[in-house]
Amino acid sequence: MSRIAALFDRARASGRKLLVPYITAGDPLARHTVPLMHHLVAGGADMLELGVPFSDPMADGSVIASAHERALAQGVSLRDVLAMVQEFRTQNSHTPVILMGYQNPIEVMGIDPFAAAAAQAGVDGVLTVDLPPEEADISAPTLRAAGLDPIFLLAPTTPPERVKTVAELASGFVYYVSLKGVTGAGHLDTDALAARLAMVRTVCGLPVGVGFGIRDAATAVATAANADAVIIGSALVSLLATIDSSDAEQLTRTAQGFMQDIRNALDRAFPAA
Amino acid sequence: MTAVSELEAAYTKYRQDPDFVKEFEQDLRDYVGRPSAMYRCARMSEEYGAEIWFKREDLNHTGAHKINNAIGQALLAKRLGKTRIIAETGAGQHGVATATVAARLGLECVIYMGAEDVVRQMPNVYRMKLLGATVVPVESGTRTLKDALNEAMRDWVTNVDNTFYIIGTAAGMHPYPQMVRDFQSVIGREARAQLLEKTGRLPDAVVACVGGGSNAIGIFHAFLNDASVALYGVEAGGDGVETGRHAAPLTAGRPGVLHGNRTYLMEDQNGQIIGTHSVSAGLDYPGVGPEHSWLKDLGRVSYDAITDAEAMSAFHDVIRLEGIIPALESSHAVAYAKKLAPQLGRDKILLVNLSGRGDKDINTVAKLEGIAL
Repeated sequence: MSRIAALFDRARASGRKLLVPYITAGDPLARHTVPLMHHLVAGGADMLELGVPFSDPMADGSVIASAHERALAQGVSLRDVLAMVQEFRTQNSHTPVILMGYQNPIEVMGIDPFAAAAAQAGVDGVLTVDLPPEEADISAPTLRAAGLDPIFLLAPTTPPERVKTVAELASGFVYYVSLKGVTGAGHLDTDALAARLAMVRTVCGLPVGVGFGIRDAATAVATAANADAVIIGSALVSLLATIDSSDAEQLTRTAQGFMQDIRNALDRAFPAA
Repeated sequence: MTAVSELEAAYTKYRQDPDFVKEFEQDLRDYVGRPSAMYRCARMSEEYGAEIWFKREDLNHTGAHKINNAIGQALLAKRLGKTRIIAETGAGQHGVATATVAARLGLECVIYMGAEDVVRQMPNVYRMKLLGATVVPVESGTRTLKDALNEAMRDWVTNVDNTFYIIGTAAGMHPYPQMVRDFQSVIGREARAQLLEKTGRLPDAVVACVGGGSNAIGIFHAFLNDASVALYGVEAGGDGVETGRHAAPLTAGRPGVLHGNRTYLMEDQNGQIIGTHSVSAGLDYPGVGPEHSWLKDLGRVSYDAITDAEAMSAFHDVIRLEGIIPALESSHAVAYAKKLAPQLGRDKILLVNLSGRGDKDINTVAKLEGIAL
């Protein structure tokens, strides 16, 4: 069983709501990424989502798009991101790490070498934003054969038959996009979310992580009522962007504190058995 | 993805719907002014050394071939009940065409344009505003066409319920490359019939400029099965392909994935898309329509690049010899025709797609030549 599947199994058994922060690898500076990962875990993150910088991050809002630009200004590549995960793994072997990125850097490396390198580095799952399930007939099985979970996005507009297509290709969990839009958008409607997730769960047996539009403890708790995991990206990235990038201590402390507040709120709202 | 699936279903239905086809053809005739003229360039033929003919897309309403596709997609938007139109634009020709059809149909219109292009193409920015569109300068990335496309995509996924995204070139995700080709293929159908009527022959060669590739695929499509007709796609060579400062993915790029299609791209060794350079904003795109990539791999179309300097020289040739101010984009095709003509010979017919007029470019040209307007 994959590290991701095992994590969700334990959480379901105990009633714990999983907390998944997103940072872009290399943002604000490449040397901060691994320390940030460790501090996010110390603050209560159960799984980490690491953005792979890309020149054209179409599905990301301005906050994360800017993070990609900061990372690319330092030349952070897919290989560099894998090296960061490998370094993280020297001190942490339990927290799943998923990569979130775009197809072209993987395309250039080749799906087979990428899957092998990612598995070897200690990556657990791969979400390729611009690779729809209809085009993933080669990559998803290749990832799974290497022991990686292919993660797919489901949108509010995704009809049941496409949820089914995703359910057949995906493993680990599915990533439900809580609203129409890009990362970092506002206007989360938790009632509509509950109805949509009920449909998703009738078609797809995998655990559901919900992201896009969750920005603090209150929105995390409201979302977690219907989700197995809540994913927080833009709120964290924009918070870190307010800090002087030369101040490593302040960055990691802020990230850990931000996680801890949300962790505490989730645990209060959903006490573990 | 659901939105493009719906679009594909709608397009599949309406492309065969007699009412839709009739309305499209009627608009092309009465609003755009089609068929566009087929013109023999007497003095240019003499100077260049082959029979040079222009397909005069520059005479269309709004000044370029872009309007053909904008009309087709806007008619689809209307049938889908969308009330808001968005588009990306580089040189501003597609933005102007989109703003035009939106005004005509009474639809809200938002145009995304790279901040750098907003500066380069001021007259077109003002035209779009006059037509009632909101022009949003895009500050992300390289601040050119690809970033405008990214931003339009972000808008579309956010406002998908009421918004139709009119992509201007034969790129992007399916069904856009096919749809844009179909709407633009009127160029080649007309040109083929007109040349047969006027000369009794097919052309020996057809030349068109390629950015995303909509005018080129539009004129090539009718000739693909005519084995005797050589087809040439001309990319923007910028300062020269060897300098790296160009926009010629078919000539000097590698296959990759961008904007929902697999095609030749300008990218670095890590798969990051790299900045492009061309004197012509409309060719300044690091990818190209996937059908061109396919035609290159098949060997049916030859692709080559023309530098900024060669295009500028051809721009002046067209004005001096024929009294036509061509778009800088189209000037790339003319510059290639100049190279090709002596190889073909005097009795051979060389058809150039004059895809747009150059009124929009006079500020750029004046600035390059050190003239204050």
